[in-house]
Amino acid sequence: MKKTYHVNEKGYYGTFGGAYIPEMLYPNVEELRQKYLEIMYEDSFQKEFKQLLKDYVGRPSPLFFAERLSAKYNTKIYLKREDLNHTGAHKVNNTIGQILMAKRLGKTRIIAETGAGQHGVATATVCALMGMECIVYMGEIDIARQAPNVARMKMLGAEVRAAMSGSRTLKDATNEAIRDWISNPVNTHYIIGSVVGPHPYPDMVARFQAVISEEMEWQLQEKEGRSYPDHVIACVGGGSNAAGAFYQYLDDERVNLIAVEAAGKGIHSGESAATSVLGEDGIIHGSRTLLMQTKDGQITEPYSISAGLDYPGVGPMHAHLYASKRAEFISITDDEAMTAGLELSQLEGIIPAIETSHALAVFDTRKFKEDEIVVLNLSGRGDKDLNTYIDYFKL
Amino acid sequence: MNRINQKLQEDKKLLSIYFTAGYPSLNDTVGVIEDLEKSGVDMIEIGLPFSDPLADGPTIQASSTQALENGMTSELLFSQLTNIRETVSIPLIIMGYLNPMMQYGIEAFCAKCQEVGIDGLIIPDMPVNVYHEQYQAIFEKYGLINVFLITPQTSEERIRFIDSISDGFIYMVSSAGTTGAKNSFGNTQETYFDRIGNMNLKNPQIVGFGISNHETFTQATNKAKGAIIGSAFIKHLTKNGTKTIDTFVNGVLGN
Repeated sequence: MKKTYHVNEKGYYGTFGGAYIPEMLYPNVEELRQKYLEIMYEDSFQKEFKQLLKDYVGRPSPLFFAERLSAKYNTKIYLKREDLNHTGAHKVNNTIGQILMAKRLGKTRIIAETGAGQHGVATATVCALMGMECIVYMGEIDIARQAPNVARMKMLGAEVRAAMSGSRTLKDATNEAIRDWISNPVNTHYIIGSVVGPHPYPDMVARFQAVISEEMEWQLQEKEGRSYPDHVIACVGGGSNAAGAFYQYLDDERVNLIAVEAAGKGIHSGESAATSVLGEDGIIHGSRTLLMQTKDGQITEPYSISAGLDYPGVGPMHAHLYASKRAEFISITDDEAMTAGLELSQLEGIIPAIETSHALAVFDTRKFKEDEIVVLNLSGRGDKDLNTYIDYFKL
Repeated sequence: MNRINQKLQEDKKLLSIYFTAGYPSLNDTVGVIEDLEKSGVDMIEIGLPFSDPLADGPTIQASSTQALENGMTSELLFSQLTNIRETVSIPLIIMGYLNPMMQYGIEAFCAKCQEVGIDGLIIPDMPVNVYHEQYQAIFEKYGLINVFLITPQTSEERIRFIDSISDGFIYMVSSAGTTGAKNSFGNTQETYFDRIGNMNLKNPQIVGFGISNHETFTQATNKAKGAIIGSAFIKHLTKNGTKTIDTFVNGVLGN
């Protein structure tokens, strides 16, 4: 059998993945598992999905040759401009897909979790578009530090509910969303924001985000006369933008995959979110994967200057890419990321999200050959991070 | 024969009580177990606290957070339970999530359970098929009964499958939702209790989630073999401490 890094028929990537869920969730997750592929690949679904990606999201997103950045690092760098999508990041590719899925499953009520608020905004946006009830769970601490996104969600008609349990951040918001789903098993669809959670979520979200690498293929063909790059670089928190950027190349070993995690104040500083290095095999949010935890198995709170990367787990696809050494994992500190974000702003006139800045910092730590083609997934724009940039650089 | 199966043969409705190990204070675990038995409880679920208890409502979450802050760990729980079988003879079940058990090592965890005299485990986030394919042999080797949950949404076919691989009782979740006390059950629950009662399953059923007092205990055990109270007991401990456990139990049993 051909070696594959895609999910297997039981919902696993190697030993990672599966659906470790309470029985109360079994009917919902099982219904989704049985139907998601059939629904996604119906002609009418694909037609509606592609139409919305084009006319509403603004796809295809450009593949931009970054001439000055390339000159500085003496290699050929392309930026996949997911930052130009409606709502400012790749997140909306998934929420468009899942809201269409929810409609076809006959669901009338949408729930979601959010950390920094990006996925919450992307979910509230598609719920407004489709006229669906929308409840977003967000940690009490995150609500306080991400006020503009809370306001956006409210303006879009969503209800933002504070997660008051545990550490009152993303992982607890996810717990609360799961508890809501347990209590509302019939009419509700849970739009998970990343390639995490029980099978089939990691695979379903990866397939919706795969549009990123599908476009890369024809865009590279046009620009370079071949459909694949030598390297793809993407940042990884839960891992959805990386899953999308890697997807078409997972089994194409000509392409080196580079996943960039947040080292926070340093991998061993005690304030880090570098899950692959610091995590151990375990269960989080219904998935077997690598996660940051105590030796007694209590899940710990990660740290990164970027709110989109401080998830204590990582999607099971990425855990497998790490364990199998298919992908190269690099950790980038807060300082390295901030410097790289400033550099892109001034070399190319693009202010990146701080998550994306972590990926950009790879050029300073790892050399590429002059004739190599490197695609970096520019997953989001930096508007939401201006205050952090201002504080950091005393702008 | 496992203590759980012996207890299930008694001709009475069973009251099982859940509490969180290391709550309200770190060293309350053994005292609470002993007082529960003296008060007439038939079976005890000892909650192993977890940072992210997905199936639990606010009351048990808060008690778990407190217990972890108190310093509770798997290792410490086993050390607290070392001599428990010198004073306690009713069935003891550990209820906890899979991740802490995985970190301890599933086989090491099961071996330790047998050593201290634990009779069974309830692990809400362990999938039925994973148990069946990976862990059943280990559980059986150490004489542990694994208890599965069913809910009002569980299909009849799946209930029959769960019944076929269960040995002991089936944990019947009363309604859609996480753990937490209710004051009474409505028609929906009555219909569900009747439906399961009429399936003639080989394993008796014990109802949990939403049972808080004599009324809900009586309703839940009309068709089922017993009922489990968790959140309401935790609330009692939070409010009254560990001195009046018998008052709570007598209230539920209607003594």
